[in-house]
Amino acid sequence: MISIEYYLLLSAFMFCAGVVGVLVRRNAIVVFMCIELMLNAVNLTLITFSAYFGDPRGQVLVFFVMVVAAAEAAVGLAIVIALFRNKLTVNIDEINILKW
Amino acid sequence: MDPYLLSILTNILLALVPLVFVLVYALVTIYVEMKMAAHIQNRLAYMRTGWHGVLQPIADMLKLLQKEDTIPTDANRGLFILAPYLVFTGTYAAFAVIPFSSAYIGSNIDLGVLYLLGVSSLVVAGILMGGWAANSKWTLYGGVRSAAQIMSYEIPSAFVILSVVMVTGSMNFNVISKFQEGGVQNWLILGGAFPLAKKLALIPFMFVMFLIYYISSMAETNRNPFDLPEAESELVQGYNTEYSGMKFAMFYLAEYANLFIVSAVVTFLFFGGWTSPFGATASGPWWDSFWFVSKCMVFVVLNIWLRWTLPRFRVDQLMYMSWKVLTPFAMACVLAIGLILVW
Amino acid sequence: MNIELIDIIFYFLAIVVIASASVVVFSRNILYSAFSLLFTFVGVAGLYVLLTADFLAITQLVVYVGGILVLILFGVMLTNNVFNVDIKTGSIKTLPALVLTAVMAGVLCGIFFFTQWTVRPSEVVPTSTAPAIGMALMTGYILPFEVASVVLLVAMIGAAMIARRDTGKQN
Repeated sequence: MISIEYYLLLSAFMFCAGVVGVLVRRNAIVVFMCIELMLNAVNLTLITFSAYFGDPRGQVLVFFVMVVAAAEAAVGLAIVIALFRNKLTVNIDEINILKW
Repeated sequence: MDPYLLSILTNILLALVPLVFVLVYALVTIYVEMKMAAHIQNRLAYMRTGWHGVLQPIADMLKLLQKEDTIPTDANRGLFILAPYLVFTGTYAAFAVIPFSSAYIGSNIDLGVLYLLGVSSLVVAGILMGGWAANSKWTLYGGVRSAAQIMSYEIPSAFVILSVVMVTGSMNFNVISKFQEGGVQNWLILGGAFPLAKKLALIPFMFVMFLIYYISSMAETNRNPFDLPEAESELVQGYNTEYSGMKFAMFYLAEYANLFIVSAVVTFLFFGGWTSPFGATASGPWWDSFWFVSKCMVFVVLNIWLRWTLPRFRVDQLMYMSWKVLTPFAMACVLAIGLILVW
Repeated sequence: MNIELIDIIFYFLAIVVIASASVVVFSRNILYSAFSLLFTFVGVAGLYVLLTADFLAITQLVVYVGGILVLILFGVMLTNNVFNVDIKTGSIKTLPALVLTAVMAGVLCGIFFFTQWTVRPSEVVPTSTAPAIGMALMTGYILPFEVASVVLLVAMIGAAMIARRDTGKQN
């Protein structure tokens, strides 16, 4: 059986890749995808623990993470599209109308 | 030979059984479709290749395989090549959970119905990928329309599946099928194997659910009257306009395989799956597959008949139908069926 | 022999996930990012299957591939000039971000390697995790479950409100 550290390392990689993307990329939709990547990494960790500790409660939590991810995707992309309609760009460094 | 390796090999061979079936079925269905379309339109269709043109699908297939496999210059090569494989994978993966008889099922998992909903979403991604990668207006519009349509109609069909799962208490197609064993009167369209009062209460809702599922399944297979994604008069051929040769054949095969899958789901949800309509007579593994395939073919033929009879919807009518008609009715029926079950 | 095959599948899925996640983050073409996100999601679903979480693997396919990914693809196609094949986007402030992430990765790996994990996998491998999850959702987690359904409803209405064109005011 694969040792638990392998799964954890994989999810750590996914999480860090997601963090880099959120910090570095300019396009709001790519930032969005990277957030999904981070959520997936967390889900993978939860399911790993759930499988290796023989406890199904971790999987219930993953279910709720997915609910939140779906809600976030719907509202977030609606906001991105509304922004694009007003500013004709989705680059986050050009969307600065809330800046004083 | 190592028994472990042998078991892997047997599994691979068993996994190829539906592929052989799909190829044969596609040839037959293409012939039936062309002939039915012709007769509905008062023509003869092809008559010269073999008796009444029965060899024509084979000739068509050979022609398609010989064709030059063109890739447009401005297309995105990688995604353009990947898309048909993704679409066919998503369609073929669904066959894993469809039991062709009580004795043959690719993977007897408990969550078969949910799995079927899940893998069909790969098809949506593949269609969008192909539509965008070809770098043409028609394919892009076709792809986006198709994705929107499949997504919209998945909601009412998911409600219908939910109601059947509520009635049978399982998401395994084999169990759903066994639930309806014992003849026509136990099929879910006729209320399932319940006491008479409950049965009579269930029948109208089950009938509405069947109609909802059948309409949404027609939309999900992108066929007329819902063939807006490939509306010939507007979009040439939709998302697969730029494809030719083998890749086009894969889209074509996926379309027919998808048609079979939705017919199979209708059969399992409402018409007893692989069970015999005469109770214990004429049942057994081979009879089961006979009943299953013939029931599916009835719905395939019904679909073809409707396709060549009805005119096409407009885009707004299509969305209106899904979101304002089918979804509310499906939700109401789920509620009613739930109440009848606890009653 | 049996265990080796599972190992091979794990390494294969891990490579798919790592490669596609890297493309998501570092590709300059937004649609490449979106489509490789598809492979990340499918790879993660495969890992869930390896971890005997079949229900969540399929839910991952339905929710992420069927829902979120298609939403993202629509988002990309609605907010960019898609007829031009190369949809490019740049990066900002790369160096500080990389330093920050390296620190975080170090901390995470440290935690993972220096913790003594007391692994006790369940003796009986369940045929399906769906009954256990269903029982948990309907008993101990019924309140979060109901709240989640309200969250989804509100999100749906909110998304429709935000994204629709404001026709009432203009006319």
